Amino acid sequence: MAKATAQKTKNIYDFKKDENNVEKLQSGLTPDIVKEISAKKGEPQWMLEHRLKSLSIYNELKVPNWGPDISKLDIDNIVTYVRSTAKMADDWQNVPADIRDTFERLGIPEAEKNAALSGVGAQYDSELVYHNLQDSVAKQGVIYCGIEEALKGPYAEMIKEHFMHLVPPSDHKFAALHGAVWSGGSFVYVPPGVDVKVPLQSYFRLNSPGAGQFEHTLIIVDKNASLHFIEGCSAPKYNVANLHAGCVELFVEEGARLRYSTIENWSKNMFNLNTKRAIVKEGGNIEWVSGSFGSHISYLYPMSILSGAHAKAEFTGITFAGEGQDLDTGAKIVHSAPYTSSVINTKSLSKAGGRSTFRSAITVTANAHQSKASVSCQSLMLDDISRSDTIPLMDVRCDDVNVGHEASIGTIDDDTVFYLMSRGLSETQAKTSIVNGFANPVSKELPLEYTMEMNNLIKLEMEGGLG
Amino acid sequence: MNTSQTLLDIKNLSIASAEGKPLLHELNLKIEKGQTHVLMGPNGAGKSTFGSSLLANPAYKVTAGKIILNERDITNLAADKRAQSGLFLSFQTPLAVPGVSVTSFLNAAAKNLHEDMTSRVLRKKIQEAASLLHLPDEYLKRDLNVGFSGGERKKLEMLQLLLLDPQVAILDETDSGLDVDAVKILVKAIENFRTSGDKGIIIISHNMNLLNRLPIDKVHILVKGRLVAEGDRTLIDEVDQNGFTRFEKLAGEKNG
Repeated sequence: MAKATAQKTKNIYDFKKDENNVEKLQSGLTPDIVKEISAKKGEPQWMLEHRLKSLSIYNELKVPNWGPDISKLDIDNIVTYVRSTAKMADDWQNVPADIRDTFERLGIPEAEKNAALSGVGAQYDSELVYHNLQDSVAKQGVIYCGIEEALKGPYAEMIKEHFMHLVPPSDHKFAALHGAVWSGGSFVYVPPGVDVKVPLQSYFRLNSPGAGQFEHTLIIVDKNASLHFIEGCSAPKYNVANLHAGCVELFVEEGARLRYSTIENWSKNMFNLNTKRAIVKEGGNIEWVSGSFGSHISYLYPMSILSGAHAKAEFTGITFAGEGQDLDTGAKIVHSAPYTSSVINTKSLSKAGGRSTFRSAITVTANAHQSKASVSCQSLMLDDISRSDTIPLMDVRCDDVNVGHEASIGTIDDDTVFYLMSRGLSETQAKTSIVNGFANPVSKELPLEYTMEMNNLIKLEMEGGLG
Repeated sequence: MNTSQTLLDIKNLSIASAEGKPLLHELNLKIEKGQTHVLMGPNGAGKSTFGSSLLANPAYKVTAGKIILNERDITNLAADKRAQSGLFLSFQTPLAVPGVSVTSFLNAAAKNLHEDMTSRVLRKKIQEAASLLHLPDEYLKRDLNVGFSGGERKKLEMLQLLLLDPQVAILDETDSGLDVDAVKILVKAIENFRTSGDKGIIIISHNMNLLNRLPIDKVHILVKGRLVAEGDRTLIDEVDQNGFTRFEKLAGEKNG
């Protein structure tokens, strides 16, 4: 019974679509391909130059060798660009039926209809296929649109001023790759003082085998404004590797607040080499909530740069590494102004040989006096073939600061399992309860539908390996 | 004697640690419906091992003998199945489960043991038990046993006993950590549990405050993993006055 349910739930994500109407570019990456991408998008000259510069940086930089092994990712064989011929729509009826069906199965239009979301963006492979913003929010001057579309509109200059300024192509090899071949993604601008009460959501779906997704998300929350942005990702499983090298740049201006929630459930053949960064000005606040469940290998360490006095960052994350997964996740905080504060609170789980590594880097510069940083990481290993590591780095160059770190790594306690079983819970129920309880401080921070999704994912993982 | 009156029948039961070290030897103990038994013994005699192994703690294994509950052989059942057949153990040290609220835990336990219990009945039973035990509502919202004092944990064990309403309850030092008033509340809870007249209880305790307040049918003395004596409640008074010296000699003889 449990098995059948598991199968059914897994199928929600693990379905494939025929690749109708798509033009695949040839494998491999050359200046000609980059020029072709740019030409098709009809983008400004500066962007083409940016792409070509990024490509040459990409060719110079080495593949990182300090984390999980990505030698199986053969970049020369990755079709870097798959574009559905669908035009972007603002009505689901105008989205091609097979693509619409995909998003319907994922429950996206439903959530939008129920007014649980202010706006929705949906990206299918490399291209944004749907974007819509509720009228009431649009009237407040909020901009939420495809970033490619925005490049040609009145916000072109604003994008030029911010695009890859926070994450320069020289940051690392996959940031450079992103700079060269990025495609799709969202642009959000919230004007000063505007409080967007209901979250905006972008959903990314990668459907083509052997393809890459390189969406760029650029969000600017202007002075004293506030926003909650939700990002979801999924893909069906193919036998060839897929690559996700997206980039998220978040600009939180003076006194502004931004909450950025992600639940990532890429299929387990995905190399998830994503780069996320926020800069927070005086009195601003960034909150990250991050759930990492999918992918074969992940490198993911959202960075918050606290550049103005009294700026705050909070990172709450959970990572669940199952069979065949090596998930290297964490967070980075740079305190570069006085009276800044940050809290990192993460949970990681590993099971069935999965490997979960928590990495954090706290940098406190010489002028960040009276700043506070606290890092807490708890790991739970569900069996003795799984692995959990904690690698916290701290670079403090200022006397008058308070920096704390605590980490714990444990296993599921047999006595606790016995206690719950003595009350009639099965072994799987007992272990699932313990794991859910462990994850609870993080899962309750997620939007409701994602909390449910996360609980389902945990249940699936637990049923798969136990009993 | 009518055999259908026998609730729990422990026959020649021997228990070893999971690693194979013998811990309990050839135990025989029979509980009739409606009876309350007391198990006493010096420190390290194996009293908690007895309670824990009756609920199939995987840290222990049965090396010989049988456990029959309501004429059903439960010797080979795991802890959850033994609970489902009507056994309950009040833990000496109940475990904390962070992130799992008392209410959601009670829901899960009750639904597993009493499939037909509606949520409304469940809520009502929880309320009644909490009020009997003087356990404020706010405890039900907290994480299971997290930050609970010893006494609060014991009260929550009794709440589970009343809610889950098993056939046989083993109360392992449930009175320890309780002040005199709390012991009186515990007695009230035990009496409440016994009301139906067909329950069995095994109390592991030396606390005269508790034992003097309850009708006791039988007393068993456990020394070095062996049941060396059995009698009526006068045994309690003997232990209270003279300790276990006499029984330890008996155990010495048995161990040869």
